[in-house]
Amino acid sequence: MLKLLGYSDKISVAPGETIAFKVSAPDSDRYRARLVRVVHGDVNPDGPGLKMLAVPSAIDGEYAGRAQAIDAGSYMRAEGLPPSGATGWTLFCMIWPTLLDRTEQTIAARWDAAAETGFRLTLRQDGELSLVLGFGPGRDRNFALPAHVLERAWYALRLSLDAEAGTVTLEQAPLRPHAFATDGARSEQPLGGMPPVLPTTLHLAGVPLPDASVGAHYNGKIDSPMLLDGVHGLDAYWRLLAGGNDPALVARWDFAHDMAGTIARDIGPHGRHGALAHLPARAMKGWNWTGEFHDWRQRPEQYGAIHFHEDDLYDAGWDSDFALTIPEDLRSGAYAVHLSCGENTRYETKDEYLPFYVRPPRTSAARGQRPPIAFLAPVAAYVAYANDSQVIVSREAEMGMGRLLNVQHADMFLHDHAEYGASLYDKHADGSGVCYSSRLRPVLNMRPRHHSWLGGHGSGLWQYNADTHILDWLEHLGVDYDVVTDEDLHHDGPELLADYRVVLSGTHPEYHSTAMWDTLKAWQDRGGRLMYLGGNGWYWRIAFHRALPGVIEVRRAEDGIRTWEAEPGEYHHSFNGEFGGLWRRVGRPPNLMTGQGFIAQGFDISSYYRRAPDADNPRAAFIFADVRDEIIGDFGLVGGGAAGLELDCMNFRLGTPPNALRLATSENHTELVLLVNEEFTVVPPNLGGDQNDRVRADLTFYETPSGGAVFSVGSIAWCGSLSHNGYDNNVARITGNVLRRFADTAPFPIAG
Amino acid sequence: MPYRITPEDRQYVEEFRACPIGRHSAGLGRVLNTLRRDMSGRQLVLLTLTPFKEWALAWLPARRGDAVVIKHNRIFTSREEAEWAVFCRRWEQHTGERIQ
Repeated sequence: MLKLLGYSDKISVAPGETIAFKVSAPDSDRYRARLVRVVHGDVNPDGPGLKMLAVPSAIDGEYAGRAQAIDAGSYMRAEGLPPSGATGWTLFCMIWPTLLDRTEQTIAARWDAAAETGFRLTLRQDGELSLVLGFGPGRDRNFALPAHVLERAWYALRLSLDAEAGTVTLEQAPLRPHAFATDGARSEQPLGGMPPVLPTTLHLAGVPLPDASVGAHYNGKIDSPMLLDGVHGLDAYWRLLAGGNDPALVARWDFAHDMAGTIARDIGPHGRHGALAHLPARAMKGWNWTGEFHDWRQRPEQYGAIHFHEDDLYDAGWDSDFALTIPEDLRSGAYAVHLSCGENTRYETKDEYLPFYVRPPRTSAARGQRPPIAFLAPVAAYVAYANDSQVIVSREAEMGMGRLLNVQHADMFLHDHAEYGASLYDKHADGSGVCYSSRLRPVLNMRPRHHSWLGGHGSGLWQYNADTHILDWLEHLGVDYDVVTDEDLHHDGPELLADYRVVLSGTHPEYHSTAMWDTLKAWQDRGGRLMYLGGNGWYWRIAFHRALPGVIEVRRAEDGIRTWEAEPGEYHHSFNGEFGGLWRRVGRPPNLMTGQGFIAQGFDISSYYRRAPDADNPRAAFIFADVRDEIIGDFGLVGGGAAGLELDCMNFRLGTPPNALRLATSENHTELVLLVNEEFTVVPPNLGGDQNDRVRADLTFYETPSGGAVFSVGSIAWCGSLSHNGYDNNVARITGNVLRRFADTAPFPIAG
Repeated sequence: MPYRITPEDRQYVEEFRACPIGRHSAGLGRVLNTLRRDMSGRQLVLLTLTPFKEWALAWLPARRGDAVVIKHNRIFTSREEAEWAVFCRRWEQHTGERIQ
């Protein structure tokens, strides 16, 4: 259904820097590209409509189309291994398979795809351990064990080839035997000829294919793989695992080393380290995890497993089609390259937008005088939701949505193309949670014009496209502003925000690294004024990778609204060792940043706010300067109201400052707007907004001790109401009043 | 045992027809949860053909990657129209009564 796909190597570029674009046009010889400034991406005819401003640039023009594919699936590759020993060789490893419904999954292979020589140790359908020995084209010998492994159970595996005796031995030993179980076996069989020639490269969790891709991936954990010269029994493996050594050792990969890296350390005598492709899950508890320690940094030896998945993806690795050097005079803001290869039809989308941001220059000298306002583009949240596939794989979600699941061409494309990778909301094919997400691939829901199944009745906007409501509002006001991104905030530190009096959040800034949190808080503590224009912000803690750009990690630990949950013992990030999960669980509830915290969510329709007594407090007079209405935001493009989707409310016990004013509170939510699960212990029967008055969004204002201030709307849908009646309405007036006062240099009073 | 539609639930049909997406009574909510429950592993969805203009129903298969079946025979011009059509179809499946 999608005829153009693509991505860029960067998401945030400064003037003078170059950004490269990678495009796949599977059915078109030619396509056109042009640079546009993104103003409004919502195509809802009830709103302002699509607004993309052409920006003549060096990349505007026609290009040759070609198809580019994605080779997903994680694996390890180790090179430079010696030929097999004269007397034979042995491979040991521990496995914890997680998906047996596959024809062939390669646990380990030394395989020359062109010559068809070597070996492949695989799991066949239903978990039968098998071995293929290749002696040349069409000359395979197959061996199998008369046993089947169980899913999510540990096994010690042994593969030995005895060159002198002319036999091959396969053995699988369950670490937890069961009565009547048939999942353990050992079989020694005649080799039937000379041993095969082994290539010098070993693959784990995949095998090289004739087309140069790596396929037949294994789903599950592998722990403590070893290669030895000669023939050895499992007793030798146990001795090595207990800390022993063996002169026959050829290689011994210890996955508990370099947990954040992409190298699998060979702690054997020769240092034949492996390279890990496509970010298999690290910091995974191993076969020997006792349950006594939950932080891999305390007992790394119990975290020697890597969980490989057939659908892991870090970098699509496409070739670049063209690159743009950002002109020095290009205004900071949201931009995209618009691609087109024809007219869209009911069943084919033939154009696409590849979004990026132009940030201010990196040096203070080059930055010069900046506007007082910055929009903080929540790209970490965009990447967290990248290629969210819940709508195509979840079942019974229609009940919770209160309406038919609305899928788009992009969703249909993802249904057929799991290789485009998943979001942090998805599960892998084996049911384990996706804990890494990258933007180095086509991210089909981070686009202007995208309609999301989650985004409420009406415009159906979520994340990137919802945030264009803010951009259009700023353009309507004629306000000069810069755009900086989460990645800039994480990497640059406090200097990034030093120029700004006001920072505007996106509509759903849900994911923050520790560096992001600290930097924004430090800016706030020095008098910065935060306008939190969304809901469910500062919720999940994430980690950025130190070396790999554009990828984040989350661990769905403990509680919170989750579509999967991390395994016990796997709550710490592999990228940096931090305890993952909700910021609330590490002493930093969102209330400390915004005065509010997540309280409820529902995706059917939105509601309105009712003015609260604090609106008449003189400290809030500037906010309601020209607003007398009792009801606020009973209109809007997102669900028909300003209070909807995900809601936040004040809670002094969680850190809402005591001077915070509750200016207005939403009400009359439906039965499908439900209290979030970290807000109760025993499940109450009145979870819905029709029966529970805790289901609400608060409109909040407070001053900070350094003369700054915070204004929070507590609802993802708020910004969908800004454009109503040509931007002449009480939501737009309130938000505009706050923006003007926050941009003013006068400090807010803090006493008296 | 999950709830089953009863003759008394007939009173909620008009409520749904008047407001397919929005605030519903508790009784209609229970009916909708019942109708929307599908144990087949498949999922009926609404596919946008032309944004904000045209939609069609489609069946997502139980197993990702298997063929999606798009119901080309009827094009809807509003999401509410599709909701009502699906409600009628499911009502008949559960009660045997045809409503239009």
